[in-house]
Amino acid sequence: MQINNTTEFRPKIVAFCCNWCSYAGADLAGNNRLSYPADIKIIRVPCSCRVNPTFILRAFQRGADGVILCGCHPGDCHYTSGNYYTRRRMTLLFSMMNYLGIEKERTRVEWVSAAEGAKFAAVMQDFAQTVAALGESKRLEDLRCKQ
Amino acid sequence: MQRIGVFVCWCGSNIAATVDVQRVADAVRSEPGVVFSVDYQYMCSQAGQSMIVDAVKEHQLTGLVICSCSPRMHESTFRKTAQLAGINPYMVEIANIREQCSWVHKDIFIGTQKAITLAKAAIAKVNLNTPLTSGESKVTKRALVIGGGIAGIQSALDIADAGFPVDLVEKEATIGGKMAQLDKTFPTLDCAACILTPKMVDVAQHENIRIISHAQVEEVGGFVGNFHVKIRKKARFVDESICTGCGLCTEKCPQKKVPNAFNLNMDHHRAIYIPFAQAVPKVAIIDPDYCSMLKNGKCGVCAKVCSVGAIDYQQKDEIIEEDYGAIVTATGYNPISLEKYDEYAYSLSKDVITSLEFERLTNAAGPTQGHLIRPSDGKQPHTIVFVQCVGSRCAANAEKGKEYCSKICCMYTAKHAMLVRDKYPDTEVYVFYIDVRTPGKSFDEFYRRAVEEYGVHYIKGMVGKVIPEGNTLKVQASDLLMNKQLHIDADLVVLAAAIEPDRSARPLATMLTASMDTNDFFTEAHPKLRPVESPTAGIFLSGTCQGPKDIPETVSQASAAAAKVIGLLCKNTLKGNPCVAVSDEMMCNGCSSCANVCPYGAITYESKEFRMPDRTTRMRRVAKVNPAVCQGCGCCTVACPSGAMDLDGFKNQQIMAEVDAICK
Amino acid sequence: MQTVTREQLLSKAVSLLSSGTVNRVLGWKKGDFAYDVTPSVFETESELQDSFVYNIFCSANFSKYLISETQKEGRVLVFLKPCDSYSFNQLLTEHRFDRERVYAVGIPCDGMMDTASVKALAPDGLTHAVRDGEQLKISTLYDGETSFPFAKVLPDRCKLCKSKKVVVYDEMLGTNGDITDAPRFEEVVRLENMTEEERYTFWQKELSRCIRCNACRDVCPACTCEKCVFDNPASGVENKAIDDPFEEKLFHIIRAFHVAGRCTDCGECSRVCPQSIPLHLLNRKFIYDIDRNYGEYIAGAEEGLRAPLVDYHTDDPETDAVMEGGQKQ
Repeated sequence: MQINNTTEFRPKIVAFCCNWCSYAGADLAGNNRLSYPADIKIIRVPCSCRVNPTFILRAFQRGADGVILCGCHPGDCHYTSGNYYTRRRMTLLFSMMNYLGIEKERTRVEWVSAAEGAKFAAVMQDFAQTVAALGESKRLEDLRCKQ
Repeated sequence: MQRIGVFVCWCGSNIAATVDVQRVADAVRSEPGVVFSVDYQYMCSQAGQSMIVDAVKEHQLTGLVICSCSPRMHESTFRKTAQLAGINPYMVEIANIREQCSWVHKDIFIGTQKAITLAKAAIAKVNLNTPLTSGESKVTKRALVIGGGIAGIQSALDIADAGFPVDLVEKEATIGGKMAQLDKTFPTLDCAACILTPKMVDVAQHENIRIISHAQVEEVGGFVGNFHVKIRKKARFVDESICTGCGLCTEKCPQKKVPNAFNLNMDHHRAIYIPFAQAVPKVAIIDPDYCSMLKNGKCGVCAKVCSVGAIDYQQKDEIIEEDYGAIVTATGYNPISLEKYDEYAYSLSKDVITSLEFERLTNAAGPTQGHLIRPSDGKQPHTIVFVQCVGSRCAANAEKGKEYCSKICCMYTAKHAMLVRDKYPDTEVYVFYIDVRTPGKSFDEFYRRAVEEYGVHYIKGMVGKVIPEGNTLKVQASDLLMNKQLHIDADLVVLAAAIEPDRSARPLATMLTASMDTNDFFTEAHPKLRPVESPTAGIFLSGTCQGPKDIPETVSQASAAAAKVIGLLCKNTLKGNPCVAVSDEMMCNGCSSCANVCPYGAITYESKEFRMPDRTTRMRRVAKVNPAVCQGCGCCTVACPSGAMDLDGFKNQQIMAEVDAICK
Repeated sequence: MQTVTREQLLSKAVSLLSSGTVNRVLGWKKGDFAYDVTPSVFETESELQDSFVYNIFCSANFSKYLISETQKEGRVLVFLKPCDSYSFNQLLTEHRFDRERVYAVGIPCDGMMDTASVKALAPDGLTHAVRDGEQLKISTLYDGETSFPFAKVLPDRCKLCKSKKVVVYDEMLGTNGDITDAPRFEEVVRLENMTEEERYTFWQKELSRCIRCNACRDVCPACTCEKCVFDNPASGVENKAIDDPFEEKLFHIIRAFHVAGRCTDCGECSRVCPQSIPLHLLNRKFIYDIDRNYGEYIAGAEEGLRAPLVDYHTDDPETDAVMEGGQKQ
């Protein structure tokens, strides 16, 4: 195997996916061999409403360049209402992060159902591209964690 | 410190083709906690699983990371393997290196790098895993059915037949519900009473069913398997255990002017009455608003004529408290109020009636003994206009009416039209419709018979106005297909009023913490896959309280709900999902944020005394999660500002460890 | 015009104390300087007579003190200015204290000075600062007495006061005011209209001054957790080191998020900040977003209101923070 020593910037992206819709959507993308950049690393959570703003800030602090949160479409939440709370929370959180000068393209919420494998791949493709274009995220990084 | 074993699966070439599995196994060997790592062709195979069991024994592993396909595929398999090996099944984490890695990344270098990162994230999480055990709770083997219409009757009978005691609560004095008021049923034209009343008798005679009529649920506590319910049985002033239902009192009572609700107030009964001949329980009841004995202590005729001494003017409401394992809601529907529909002159003319009133008018046991006559003058109508979708399928922003289709009106109107033409062939019958909807077995044939065999005039278009003029009702309407205005002089206008959930449903839903939609229909746990369950565990939905339905559909849903109840009551104990929220009472503020967002009502509060560092004590309100009710969504953990609420299996620290591992 | 005087408050406190209606009084205690007043609990009439004070520097929001004060025997008297009353309701909504143990006397307020604002007028040698009608009279060691129009020199939080109405009380002293329509979001809008880069520079400059003294948190009537996540090693965000500016951003975002929908915009955070960071602009941003997206909401306007973040509507807007396919819906 050859080590690929390209210097091209590859962003680090954390994707939180709810177990019932979006994680299944990601699995479906896999089943259908729909490719998307490997920069996306998925963390499985029971519901999008499990995602604490702290997790998102923590990711940026530790060097993530983008964070995307995927949940069931509004109205389809496995737990009936979780994603409605997610929608309010993330609307406020992302708006606040942008207010502090964090590029708003670095954070995103997407609704991806278990049937939307193609959408999952397309969304990840697009998000990775957008984040890569912004370059490294510096504005919320904790310098000490870099050592 | 955990002793973690990492098992990297090739999945044949599914993973191994684009992920260098050996490299993954090597790369994670020096991760904190990892004491063993290996790759193998098929981890999920018998041989792969024994390999895991052996490794656990040999290396005294306390946690497992399986790098394989999606946890949605084989998480439960590997949890069972862990259990076989003698470690807690929740000490297993899966790194999804197939669906989310090898299958979507073509480059082996990139795929391997990502697989290593995913494995490290899973390792970081397992390091913080703790053994979890499902909570167990006992199941009370008794069911409560709320609502004694055909839905409640069917559910109660099915559950009782399976051998479980059932309490059937009905707010009226008799069970039977709307179906008891109907004349014939579509599409077979059976007489409703002929098929319903034997079922009512079955209920009355069933050794496992207790009917609690003239009663309502007042308080619900507890959770699936263990509900505690308070039921108020309202005073009927007649001792149910003694009354024989002979009916003598209902003939002798001097107060004759009590509107007969069963006949939709189209005639009168006495102040003491039996709702209808086949009522169950067949016991008299006194209307305290009309009885002069109860109002001013003068009369007492019924007590004098009652040969068994069943009349009890002193009777008080009774509170029945009982435990149940499951609750079925079958609260049914009502036609909407037509107060706001003056364009159809419903409140202006006695000869504009609802379809349900029409049922009573054509019912042999109804106020006219089945003779179809005009309520105003008792004459036989010769031209009848039926108007469909009155209050159904309205625009979302309309000031009145419902957005949904009431579903049953097309069919019962076809039935009404057909019956009229059959019995009174000289009557002209017009039906105004937006669309005729007839999905269902033998439904479209039925409707076409009305048009083709019975010559009912079906006109696509809406009625704009009904104006009472002398003895006739001037109906102004449009025929959309012919594109012309119509004026019909009708003798009787029948409105197919939209149906809406009974008003008692909303407060009941609040007591049950069951969710409802904006129209006050109960919401199902999943619209396709769990249509008879409420999202609140242990609550089941039967009949029109969940959405508009006809009788066959109601009965099938009632039986389906009963089957679900029986499945639940067959269990001696319930094992919950161990990944539930837990509250740290030392940190809890008691602010109720968590309870506000919990969709299941799993969180309650208690006042608890805490010892403070200075040896004083302090009372504090703290949250308690009922693990039998919690479904583990984790919404509360984010609503909680102090971080007192956490979710087992997906703890804050575990998720942050994954974040850290990925961002490293 | 400030309609209640120290004497009115004092006599109310003394009479409630002597009649046994209350056992303690939560009030302000005079210090060495005019601006130096401290929230304090008085248990006897003589303590009150000695050191109870009420002047233009009595701005501290008392509601938070009730959590610990109501744990003691008997009842406590609290004076509630309009801002305090909103916090009072919010704490009641969150079951943070027992209403029965409090006797609340509402007092009108048309603005309070704070140390920073008065020091801006007289940096050195301040000896005296009193309100005389619409004038603020200041004496210093060096310049003698100077007068300023009171309304003009008030701190921003009072100039942009959201409400002069005491929304909860057992008894009202003086006349109650009304909800105002002060343009309190202007500064938020100004920041929103900047570029990301400019906003980043602005906040970098502000937040990097933070010394993590936790004064904002400690004074905040919404921050009443038994144990704060920033003090809890298990929370994963506990961190007291202050060697880079990013840490502070995390602290302030999380703090603002935790009080979002519960913050009554009393402005205490900015008042107590020793580094003069305009922290209220973070909270106001959330309030502004909530108002715009979910309908106007003032935390604590009534007891029992459901905070916007523990509530939802199925047709909540999907703003550009929540996107579909990268597109605003």
